[in-house]
Amino acid sequence: MPFKGYVEISVEGCKGCGLCVIHCPTECLALNMSDTNSYSLHYAYLKEPDKCIACQNCSIICPDAAITVYKKIA
Amino acid sequence: MKEGYELIYKRPKTLLDKRMHYCPGCFHSTMHKLLMEVVEELDIQDRTVGICPVGCSVFAYDYMDVDMQEAAHGRAAAVATGIKRMLPDRIVFSYQGDGDLAAIGTAETLHACNRGENFTFIFINNGIYGMTGGQMAPTTLENQKTSTSPYGRNSATAGMPMKMAEIVATFEKVYYVERVSCNTPANTRKARKAIKKSFEYQMQSRGTSFIEVASNCPSGWKCTPIESLDWIKDQVLPYYPLGVLKDLGKEEVK
Repeated sequence: MPFKGYVEISVEGCKGCGLCVIHCPTECLALNMSDTNSYSLHYAYLKEPDKCIACQNCSIICPDAAITVYKKIA
Repeated sequence: MKEGYELIYKRPKTLLDKRMHYCPGCFHSTMHKLLMEVVEELDIQDRTVGICPVGCSVFAYDYMDVDMQEAAHGRAAAVATGIKRMLPDRIVFSYQGDGDLAAIGTAETLHACNRGENFTFIFINNGIYGMTGGQMAPTTLENQKTSTSPYGRNSATAGMPMKMAEIVATFEKVYYVERVSCNTPANTRKARKAIKKSFEYQMQSRGTSFIEVASNCPSGWKCTPIESLDWIKDQVLPYYPLGVLKDLGKEEVK
């Protein structure tokens, strides 16, 4: 059984490249197309928190180190 | 932080809390992050010296919280040689792009490798001169369109793309050569391991280590960051295959 986790993505740190979105195995991340940060970029956010398994794929691929990953204590 | 959760990954403290000037999706920033993660993991922040090149990563000293030295275009290998010889207990890495290491600085690079200078090359190969507007570089792929080769690189006049990792692997004193990429999480983890291994070899004074990164340039290639990953997978990696090209430490174990 995979771990349950959640991620925090820095809104101002994200550049909206979308690499985390395409590499998320459970497709729980998405780009926020209805809002932008102060650089006018659509930032990534945790769309479906229930699906996150704390695999760290998003945090390792994120070029700008904008993602912090947490794992649920069993 | 949420109740009942523990922290498993956060931005390394050695990477300054500053917005990097790189384009969205650029592997320069990924490599900065991986380098600083390794520096934090090995706890060598106070004795690491980096050499900045000329190119997109010319401001790398603004982001990495270690000692950094700027070098003239292409001469990072020569500067790194000097620093490593004067301060042999430091961990020295030169961080260079393909216009820097493979074009103007080929002589410095090859001679530093031939002498077996004990430092690490981090070679970011995106096949283009990214900072100046996407001109053709020695590492541009055959038939790849750039702003100075609008009909594609013609190998009859411009030659074939240079395989720097293969070239330096032929030198006897080069200890460790690996080509990595950051196009998938698995490859990024391998890149991190390669950096760690090269720093460990350097601490044991084994010789030159050379890490080539098959990188992207979404702005120079005129595509989105996600399309640039497809280009790497379909076009770049068949010509520049990933993997360990030379590892004398591994042969010793056998």
